[in-house]
Amino acid sequence: MSISQQDVARIAQLAHIELSPEQTAQAEHDFARIINLIEALQSVDTSGVEPMTHPLSAIQEIALRLRADEPAPTATEAQRAELMANAPAQDEGLFLVPTVIE
Amino acid sequence: MSLLNEYPSIHALGTALREKKFSARELAQDALNNVTAHAHLNAFIDINAELTLQQADAADALLANQQGGPLTGIPIAHKDVLVTKGWRSTAGSKMLENYRSPFDATVVERLNAAGTVSLGKLNCDEFAMGSDNQSSFFGAVHNPWNTQYSPGGSSGGSAAAVAANLVLCATGTDTGGSIRQPAALCGVSGIKPTYGTVSRFGMIAYGSSLDQAGPIARNAKDLLEVLSVMSGFDPHDPTSLEHCLNTKNTGDRIRNDFNSWETRFTENTNQPLASLRIGIPKEYFENELDSTLANQIESAIAHFEKLGATRVDVSLPLTREAVSAYYVITPAEASSNLSRFDGVRFGHRAANYSNLEEMISRSRAEGFGDEVIRRILVGTYVLSEGYYDAYYLQAQRVRRMIVNDFQQAFAACDFIMGPVTPSLALPLGERSSDPTTDWLSDIYTLGVSLAGLPAMSVPCGFTHDAQPLPIGLQLIGNYFSEGQLLALADRYQQDTDWHQRKPEAK
Amino acid sequence: MEWEIVIGLEIHAQLSTASKIFSSSSTRFGAAANTQASATDMALPGTLPVFNEGAVDKAISFGLAIGGQVASRSIFARKNYFYPDLPKNYQISQFEDPIVTGGKISFFVGEEEITINLTRAHLEEDAGKSLHENFTGPHGESSTGIDLNRAGTPLLEIVSEPEMRSAAEAVGYARAVHSLVVWLGMCDGNMQEGSFRADANVSVRPKGQEKLGTRCELKNINSFRFLERAINYEARRQIELIEDGGQVVQETRLYDADLDETRSMRTKGDADDYRYFPDPDLPPLLVSEERIEAVRATMPELPATKRERYQNEFGLSAYDAAQLTMSRDTATYFEQTNAALNNAQAKLAANWVLGELAASLNREELDITQAKVNPTQLAKLIARIADNTISNKIARDVFQAMWEGQENGDADAIIESKGLKQISDVGAISAMVDEVIAANPAIVEEYRSGRDKAFNSLVGQVMKAARGKANPKQVTDLLKEKLG
Repeated sequence: MSISQQDVARIAQLAHIELSPEQTAQAEHDFARIINLIEALQSVDTSGVEPMTHPLSAIQEIALRLRADEPAPTATEAQRAELMANAPAQDEGLFLVPTVIE
Repeated sequence: MSLLNEYPSIHALGTALREKKFSARELAQDALNNVTAHAHLNAFIDINAELTLQQADAADALLANQQGGPLTGIPIAHKDVLVTKGWRSTAGSKMLENYRSPFDATVVERLNAAGTVSLGKLNCDEFAMGSDNQSSFFGAVHNPWNTQYSPGGSSGGSAAAVAANLVLCATGTDTGGSIRQPAALCGVSGIKPTYGTVSRFGMIAYGSSLDQAGPIARNAKDLLEVLSVMSGFDPHDPTSLEHCLNTKNTGDRIRNDFNSWETRFTENTNQPLASLRIGIPKEYFENELDSTLANQIESAIAHFEKLGATRVDVSLPLTREAVSAYYVITPAEASSNLSRFDGVRFGHRAANYSNLEEMISRSRAEGFGDEVIRRILVGTYVLSEGYYDAYYLQAQRVRRMIVNDFQQAFAACDFIMGPVTPSLALPLGERSSDPTTDWLSDIYTLGVSLAGLPAMSVPCGFTHDAQPLPIGLQLIGNYFSEGQLLALADRYQQDTDWHQRKPEAK
Repeated sequence: MEWEIVIGLEIHAQLSTASKIFSSSSTRFGAAANTQASATDMALPGTLPVFNEGAVDKAISFGLAIGGQVASRSIFARKNYFYPDLPKNYQISQFEDPIVTGGKISFFVGEEEITINLTRAHLEEDAGKSLHENFTGPHGESSTGIDLNRAGTPLLEIVSEPEMRSAAEAVGYARAVHSLVVWLGMCDGNMQEGSFRADANVSVRPKGQEKLGTRCELKNINSFRFLERAINYEARRQIELIEDGGQVVQETRLYDADLDETRSMRTKGDADDYRYFPDPDLPPLLVSEERIEAVRATMPELPATKRERYQNEFGLSAYDAAQLTMSRDTATYFEQTNAALNNAQAKLAANWVLGELAASLNREELDITQAKVNPTQLAKLIARIADNTISNKIARDVFQAMWEGQENGDADAIIESKGLKQISDVGAISAMVDEVIAANPAIVEEYRSGRDKAFNSLVGQVMKAARGKANPKQVTDLLKEKLG
């Protein structure tokens, strides 16, 4: 099982990371080693074993905790400004992005 | 010589403060000066004297009224993946170079409330991905024992700061060994608690189902002080546990356990550990383990036997496969967790782009370092159509088997001991062209993280080089056994002085 | 070639909880941009989702209402794709283990009752909004504003089996779902504001073929009228395309209401590989039997149950029962009217609610809760029809007077003041009948030679003579008797 540069390009596109040609070539090389490592999983006989997503679920019941449906107050302009302080581009209380044409 | 150097423990320092040997402000100022004097270690990313002194003044106010607790006025610093108001929170990345969080991580908030005085934010591997703190955008951290060497990672700055006495304690995070490993390589003590006992709210997410914050300090008792404050149920974290089996998840839970085990260990003065069985996994002592390390670990284990513990051979057959499982699961989770870094609402935005897609993919390409990009790509790949079953689901099945293996081992023993790393600290700059080489160096710590078990690292020796490098012993307990682990480590530290050694000045 | 249209609907209903599904931000409509977007809604580093119990209770009520299965264990999964109005660049949704599976909904299309099976319903979070007004970015580029107030609002995505075979059926289904979610109080159903959105999956195949054709997903439909048009346009488009030798491409198409056509959406480039995986931040949602029963206990009587009851207990037709249960308020109005009449005049009550009352409401664009005649008043009017005080025809005039507020809406007072009491005195009517027979020998002759229409003419004349106040039945009986 190997990954081609085309595969890398597709993965990079899904991940929305613009790779340079050098980076793409490097990634292809890296993937060869990485897949080699993770292929080791295939040799483990996991028949009858359920996947585990929450580590503690083996020893105690792990259930989603529910929060009461109570709304927080609407933010003041000052509070909003604090939350948006790191925005690279904003106007009139909105985050700005280059326009997408649908 | 800084004030902190004169006090070997939080308790001692706290006493000095309460005896008014100096004020919290004087202590903080002294500590800040010391940090500056050690700038070459590059342990810190953000320092803000004004903020630090404000916290110190607040601590002084508490002390003046005989209020506060064991941590009031104690200098601390926080790993830069824990968000803080005031100081920048960068996660060691260009992506968040100038990011300022509007809220504090829960663990930071609790430590603030306990009166700690933060000296700033500590350097770490970018987004906590790495084992040598060389991937940080802000440059590598240097191991105080030998500045040509790496301190380990990803909490390299945290371990180095404690080792160099810049602080007595620091927060770190551990996803695959990132507290235990740098603690071992820097000759300090660190503990990764049971998954779910310490809040992840405010921890910049890497591997959500493994991430846990924990303290790094000079000794087990100090770890107890800090962990007791950090630990406990947090309603802001959906994976935070309300109960640890039949006990409520509070900070006191750990202290209570510690106290009762401490008492047990004093009952039989000849053989204090008489009832304990220590499991030694055979897979932790195979070819890849450096012989110097192996010898020192063996000596440490022998010491526990001298104290009355019984050595039991156990097996963790999926130790090697744990590496594969970890490097499927954590990149998968990370690839999704890091999607939010797109230059839209915060973080680095590229300067040149001609449309939205370019803005996003360029911002990410520029903002993330190589290792982070590598893991995002792997994670995206293993979750993608056609591969999800063979990789991700398979890894989660292996994970369950690993949990079962540990439970089987714990049926035969009370604690597991072994090395933290297969090799010693690496010289800075030395990196293999094969990314998986570094990944394999986490072989003894990853399984524990996948299982969510608590584990710690304590100093147990040094190499015999001209500039000795520290060696750490890993102690692994069953779920919720933090108190017991700390008591065991503390008992060991009563007989040994590895943890008291300090690197030569500068 | 005869074609069959195959339609499945995916409906997104915004749940009317007070706070968002994974954060405490308010869901109230109309707040200033980004003032109901917390750090978690903005996906700031270190934030985590905390689940709102209101959302699951509403989902449970829906599952019970459609007779589906409420999962005792369901899982939240991340649906990964990049879009500026999706702050985390993944949506927390449900994939393999949704909260509700199965269930069905029945409704009428014309006189025919249709039942559509549902595949599933699952919880997920809504995205924010993009405002495409002309903003300028930091480099002078044309920019879009992103408002995250809506991001994180709870949605219930309701998926039907592809069992609809016409746009009319699809609209009938959509209306029925709309009625139900509003009935249950789980969604306000406001399509203009976007709290109820329907996407249609449309494909065509030759009649008799089992294999489904390639389907297209139609989006951007915000009214039932547009839903019908969009489906019809798309079916025609696909049929024409295939008949011309082309192939339908699986894609998402936007409906343009101005041009009444569907257009291919520029693909987002993600090729829809959403890389679903269980969200590691969210443990499984466990729903106990107790919780389900607790929700059941607070649910109003369901439309389907009422329909059964109206048919079995009150003898109403299936159609009328369906009409009365389109909205909870209508059903309540009807039941109150009926109850005031001791449930003895259900048919009349139904006719009046669906007839005269509905017409008056429509005319003035009022909701039934704003009716100017209340159930008690209407019941009194119906009682007067039932006891022959007035005829149905006269009653309509009385109703209008009540509607206008005359005599405080008291039917008796209006009948009295306008002297509308029906003449029931047999002698008086008999005399009128005799007079009309005597005055119309030609029409009488026509009737006797077999022309039934002539009879109606005679009835009309008697009613005219009585100025509408004769009991029509008595008139008819007397005429028949006297004419032999």
